[in-house]
Amino acid sequence: MSNCHDTSAQTASPLAIMDVDAPLIALAGQPNMGKSTLFNLLTGLNQHVGNWPGKTVERREGHFDLNGRSVRLVDLPGTYSLTAYSPEEVIAREFILREKPSVVIAVVSAANLERSLYLVAELATLKAPVVVALNMMDVAAQEGIHVDAQVLEAALGLPVVPMTASKAVGVRELLGVVQDILSGKPAPRPLPPEVRADHRKVLDKIETLIIAHVPEPYPHNWVALKLLEGDVEVTRMMHTALPNDVWDVVHDVLRLHDDAFLAVASGRYEWIGRMVRAAVARPRVGQIGMTERLDRRAAHPLWGLFILAGILGLVFWLTFTIGSPIQAWLDEQVVTPLAGLAAGALAGAPFWAQGMVVDGLIGGVGTVLTFLPILVVFFAAFALLEDVGYMARAAYVMDNLMHLMGLHGKSFLPLFLGFGCNVPAIMGTRVIDSWPARLLTILIAPLVPCTARMAVVAFIAPAFFGANAIWVSWGLVLLSLLALVSSGALLNRVIFKGQRSAFIMEMPLYHIPNARTIGLLVWQRSLSFVRKAGTAILAMSLLVWALSYLPGGDLNTSFLARFGQLIEPVGSWMGFDWRLTVALITSFPAKENAIATLGVLFGNSPNVGLANILVASFSNASALSFLVVTMLFIPCMATVAVTKQETNSWRWTLLSVFLLLGISVAAGAAVYHLGVLFGL
Amino acid sequence: MAEHDRRISLSEMTTGDDATILAIQGGRMVNNRLASLGFTPGVQVNMTQNYGRGPLIVTVRGTRVAIGRGEAAKIIVERGSHE
Repeated sequence: MSNCHDTSAQTASPLAIMDVDAPLIALAGQPNMGKSTLFNLLTGLNQHVGNWPGKTVERREGHFDLNGRSVRLVDLPGTYSLTAYSPEEVIAREFILREKPSVVIAVVSAANLERSLYLVAELATLKAPVVVALNMMDVAAQEGIHVDAQVLEAALGLPVVPMTASKAVGVRELLGVVQDILSGKPAPRPLPPEVRADHRKVLDKIETLIIAHVPEPYPHNWVALKLLEGDVEVTRMMHTALPNDVWDVVHDVLRLHDDAFLAVASGRYEWIGRMVRAAVARPRVGQIGMTERLDRRAAHPLWGLFILAGILGLVFWLTFTIGSPIQAWLDEQVVTPLAGLAAGALAGAPFWAQGMVVDGLIGGVGTVLTFLPILVVFFAAFALLEDVGYMARAAYVMDNLMHLMGLHGKSFLPLFLGFGCNVPAIMGTRVIDSWPARLLTILIAPLVPCTARMAVVAFIAPAFFGANAIWVSWGLVLLSLLALVSSGALLNRVIFKGQRSAFIMEMPLYHIPNARTIGLLVWQRSLSFVRKAGTAILAMSLLVWALSYLPGGDLNTSFLARFGQLIEPVGSWMGFDWRLTVALITSFPAKENAIATLGVLFGNSPNVGLANILVASFSNASALSFLVVTMLFIPCMATVAVTKQETNSWRWTLLSVFLLLGISVAAGAAVYHLGVLFGL
Repeated sequence: MAEHDRRISLSEMTTGDDATILAIQGGRMVNNRLASLGFTPGVQVNMTQNYGRGPLIVTVRGTRVAIGRGEAAKIIVERGSHE
């Protein structure tokens, strides 16, 4: 395994190695409860984002000072329950059972108490030392809901701290309660929920049967309950642990009660119902909340689409109005002078060393990094929409369109992120629950035109098409999306046999965004992009540079040029000569490299007049075909790397590469011949 | 007869209607996900948005949940509230 956090299940992450004796606190909660906000508030930049061992589930761990003592905080994945139906839920419960954190902070929402206590009901059965962080008191007040924290505390038998994490209200009180438990105050023992009355006898029977055989560290009543629920992992475990004759008896009992999970769930909600009836008052029943008012438009099948289109337009406008000039400035004022400086400094060095640093390192990695401002603006807009609660609405209104591909609304979110950069898009597919749907989304995500491809379009389209460039650009975007939808529909038929996963998604209440949450999200996404630039992109830039330099030190006679000439016949289907073909190949490390390569191939006066030289060298049909192929060509190196990482399979990764290669060559050839036919 | 008429699927409810869940007939995984979001037999639901096609929004236990039409068709409800 190549995962650098392999050992974290036993020894935890590198952060913890510094202080192995530090008390361990886990943060648990359902999605949309403000758990991340609380995590960010407590740890700030003292956090480390990685993966859970062997899983593509994000693991966040950090540390903070509590009365002069360093405390480790692990952010468990946001889950609605603790079943074995998703890797996130298994991770959360295994962590609590095996790592035995000193305190589990369960984040619940005061505005959504009934639903959010479901996880607490499961935690209570796990015998974890739970402290309830009753978050979002402000949202509850805004929706006209009053929760009495003291009554809730008495009813639950667990400490309850009212708070508003987004405004840092109640954090000191929460830490006070945590401190009490850490300094030895006996951990509270709640009365856990019982299964619905009609199944209690069965549960007792199972527990009696298995009690002598339950492996450590699992509590036997929890195991009995999970068997009754039909939990696949626990069933498998007990199948191995139980003697055959006992297993046969247990198995027969379970088969008679295969609908028992509803009785278990109902039991939990009965328990919750008692708590909620005691502690929650809704003095303004029937009042129309802000969420409902906004949703009448934002989630409307028609208005919703208009609003989404408007928001997308605004995001792109902002991205290109703020981000693009900075990108251009960085390219002209930082990267180019830097290259000049390096060339000067290395004047005495061997010529290949100068070339490697100037063209390979600065030209490759430097150029990729100039796209960071564009991405930062895009990430910020995305994080804002996410934090406000709008993204669930976008997913909802896009559900119908996504059905064409056998996907549902949730797949829209990572695809949208792809307009910024395909890399976070593919990582973002983690929000999709079902694996086939996630895989399909990963395969089609590279067809979303990213900013780097738009940069190539922005350079070439105006040169060839003048005032019509804007229409050409829009046409190229639409063509990409058309390719995305049709290949998605086709893949779904062929590979996934037309199956469709269930669409069940919470629509969170809208709330005021939190600057800290957004800031940290942008910071983390940017950091992971920069890391990629420093590793995979760096290596590939140097490789491409070497191929374009060796053996003679001249691009025109290099290995790359020879290769370009070798496959020129394929290029000629699309109206390319070997130079356009080579430019396309060098777009693999980073899409915008295509321009840089053309600059090198057409003489050493970079960019000055390159547009004019190109117009003189190629027909409009060739140019249009080149743009089409650039839009649809094989995913960039970083995207391929992250596809391999997320699918954990070379087969799917190669399929993704060859799929796009096929689509782009076919589309390029078609556009070129149509162009020639219409006299372009 | 009238008793029978009151039993419909969740997808047949009109916006604003209340109903009580009688049974959930999805696969095990879907049922489980629904249960953890609050859909259990006996619970009251309110149809928040149903335009007759596409996904719908239901309010259950104070939470709005978007649910696909196919999944909604597998949830059997009885019209009207019991309170």
